Amino acid sequence: MPRLRLAPIRPIQPPSMTYSGHPPVTFSRKHLLGIQGLNSLEITSLLDLADSYVELSRQVEKKTSSLRGRTQINLFFESSTRTQASFELAGKRLGADVMNMSVGNSSVKKGETLIDTAATLNAMHPDIIIVRHHAAGAVELLSRKVDCSVVNAGDGAHEHPTQALLDALTIRRNKGGIEGLVVAICGDILHSRVARSNIILLSALGAHVRLIGPSTLIPPGFEGLGLPIFTDMKKGLEGADIIMMLRLQRERMSGSFIPSAKEYFRYFGLDQEKLSVAKPDALVMHPGPMNRGVEIATDVADGAQSLIKEQVEMGVAVRMAVLEALAGGMRNG
Amino acid sequence: MDDLALINARLIDPASGVESHGGVLVRDGVIADIGPAVRPGALPADAELHDCQGLVLSPGLIDLCAFAGEPGAEHRETLRTASEAAAAGGVTTLVCRPDTAPVVDDPAIIDFIKRRARDKAIVNVRPSAALTKGLNGMEMTEFGLLLEAGAVFFTDGPRSVMNAQVMRRALIYARDFGALIVHHLEDPNLRGEGVMNEGEFASRLGLTGIPQVAETIVLERDLALVAATGGRYHASMISCSGSIELMRRAKAAGLNVTCGVSINNLTLNENDVGAYRTFCKLSPPLRHENERLALVDALNDGTIDVIVSDHDPQDVETKRQPFGEAANGAVGLETMLSAALRLHHSNDIALPRLLGAMTSAPAALIGSRAGRLEVGAQADLIVIDPDQPYVLAKAKLKSRSKNSPFDEARMEGKAVKVIVGGHVIGGLPTRAKVACPKNPASPF
Repeated sequence: MPRLRLAPIRPIQPPSMTYSGHPPVTFSRKHLLGIQGLNSLEITSLLDLADSYVELSRQVEKKTSSLRGRTQINLFFESSTRTQASFELAGKRLGADVMNMSVGNSSVKKGETLIDTAATLNAMHPDIIIVRHHAAGAVELLSRKVDCSVVNAGDGAHEHPTQALLDALTIRRNKGGIEGLVVAICGDILHSRVARSNIILLSALGAHVRLIGPSTLIPPGFEGLGLPIFTDMKKGLEGADIIMMLRLQRERMSGSFIPSAKEYFRYFGLDQEKLSVAKPDALVMHPGPMNRGVEIATDVADGAQSLIKEQVEMGVAVRMAVLEALAGGMRNG
Repeated sequence: MDDLALINARLIDPASGVESHGGVLVRDGVIADIGPAVRPGALPADAELHDCQGLVLSPGLIDLCAFAGEPGAEHRETLRTASEAAAAGGVTTLVCRPDTAPVVDDPAIIDFIKRRARDKAIVNVRPSAALTKGLNGMEMTEFGLLLEAGAVFFTDGPRSVMNAQVMRRALIYARDFGALIVHHLEDPNLRGEGVMNEGEFASRLGLTGIPQVAETIVLERDLALVAATGGRYHASMISCSGSIELMRRAKAAGLNVTCGVSINNLTLNENDVGAYRTFCKLSPPLRHENERLALVDALNDGTIDVIVSDHDPQDVETKRQPFGEAANGAVGLETMLSAALRLHHSNDIALPRLLGAMTSAPAALIGSRAGRLEVGAQADLIVIDPDQPYVLAKAKLKSRSKNSPFDEARMEGKAVKVIVGGHVIGGLPTRAKVACPKNPASPF
């Protein structure tokens, strides 16, 4: 029986440019629901735009007016500190009116709340809604019920596109590019939307992605992606340029995936000893919030090779770029 | 009652596999004559004549797994709407599931369903009863009394009995009555928070998977218990090659076991979930295409005995949710035949074999006198135009709920005439809309 395969995980390639003077391909989509489906040129143009906002954010005067008069709603069904703050700052720096709505997920009928909330907010004519939800696919569902642009700020274990973009921007600014780099994504990949978005994005830009984690935390079927998977962290880290640590999401673990944080740290926690196996100039990343002493040792997290604080800075710039790109789409109708 | 003659038909008797040209004469609700001799000029003068114009005449379909809403879930379905959906899909007998509110674990509720069906339903409705009281998986129900009341088999509906001792005793006790035990196969611990088939596709969508072993582990245990007790056992719906292999071995060993498959698992695969389509959230889940192909093969070689619609009406509020939080289930009574005919048109399964899995095979399991084309059989018949094309529009579904995974799908073939107990109830112009005479003394 033929083994049927899904389409390769690489995003759609952009149309080739056939004549000189072609206007740069910009991001002309209505929503940003995931990295899946974006082409590498769209990703690169978002990163280029974000680069310019890094400089802006370092000035004393940080504000532009490109989103003046627009209304941005941050709709977070899951608690968040950095992502919500980052989106709020990004919107405000572009001149938008930003409203934060944190909806507890204690409500019994979550789905009803989601669709009803979407309809209610839609009636207030927002221009852009940033959504985080605990269920995979919930953001896409919501995007079909509203008229404005929707940005996925994390849906279940599905995607977290702005995190992948900010990670790519951080890598690009430190390594000069992404193509050819060996990137090891380590830890709780099963529950991680960050890992999924990063796998797609980094593969699209030509990085060699490896996955490292205990077999219970590797998503079933991911061996079919064609990426090397390691259960021995030291072997996986050999020759790595970038080490991307993931948070152990113990709050999502209903069953027994690992016996204890102590054992997890012994085999999958990044300490100086394991870090020494990677390239000498390897850089360490973490999407936060960190469990120090569970997946990463404090001296590594705060060490010279750590990019963790820079990732947070890039987050604001990337989100400004995404908002600006979607607003451009709004202007174009 | 006047005679009814269906002439000029392509007769398919799935029980014998015989295909011929001719007609069927119906008298007093049973088949009185059959074959080429039933033709104009050789019929009683007062017979109501129907020319089938060379289309397929088959026994009506018998569906062993349909949720009919009553009692307790009338907002999702009623016996009336379920039976109208059944008639529209060529199903002339439906077995309704016991996981209602209250649960069908008491003879009085069997009686209630039978009386409601008599007054409201336009096809035959046969109730199944709960295997354990309140579907709690612990105490078996009154098999003897429920059988006397009219239950056709015992099942806990969408739940699996996880206590092996309860299952073992049920199989032993059921043996005394010759009762059939029908079981759903899903270990709730192995399913965990799973919402679709485990594999690369689920992992890419960020959804938790249901592994195949959640099904096979229950089936393997049940088959071991059947081997030890000698009970009569039917696996409600299998969905993967592991289960097929287990069934194959059990049948080869001579165990008294049969199994079914949902029409959804035969005609759809996990990719139909696509962008989180909750109408494709089912139990058992839609599996990989390779598993679907294995199911088609197993149906062909007789490892799988019956096809069921797994009709499970769900209202909008339980389906218009993020995928992980939506309810399982899809309506199927109306689309089972058309969907199954896809396998005929793709040359995967011959028409008699396909129809047999929806007529004679389920009839044998519930001891029905329908499901065959032979003199003396109950005259539940359908005329099928296997080539009639149409696009399924969910707004036109007869079911009270519209959660069909085939919405807007291109279909080919449907039942154009439906006869229940000798009365024409669908398709071309008829004299009687409702087959079952209303009981004047009925309070309903």
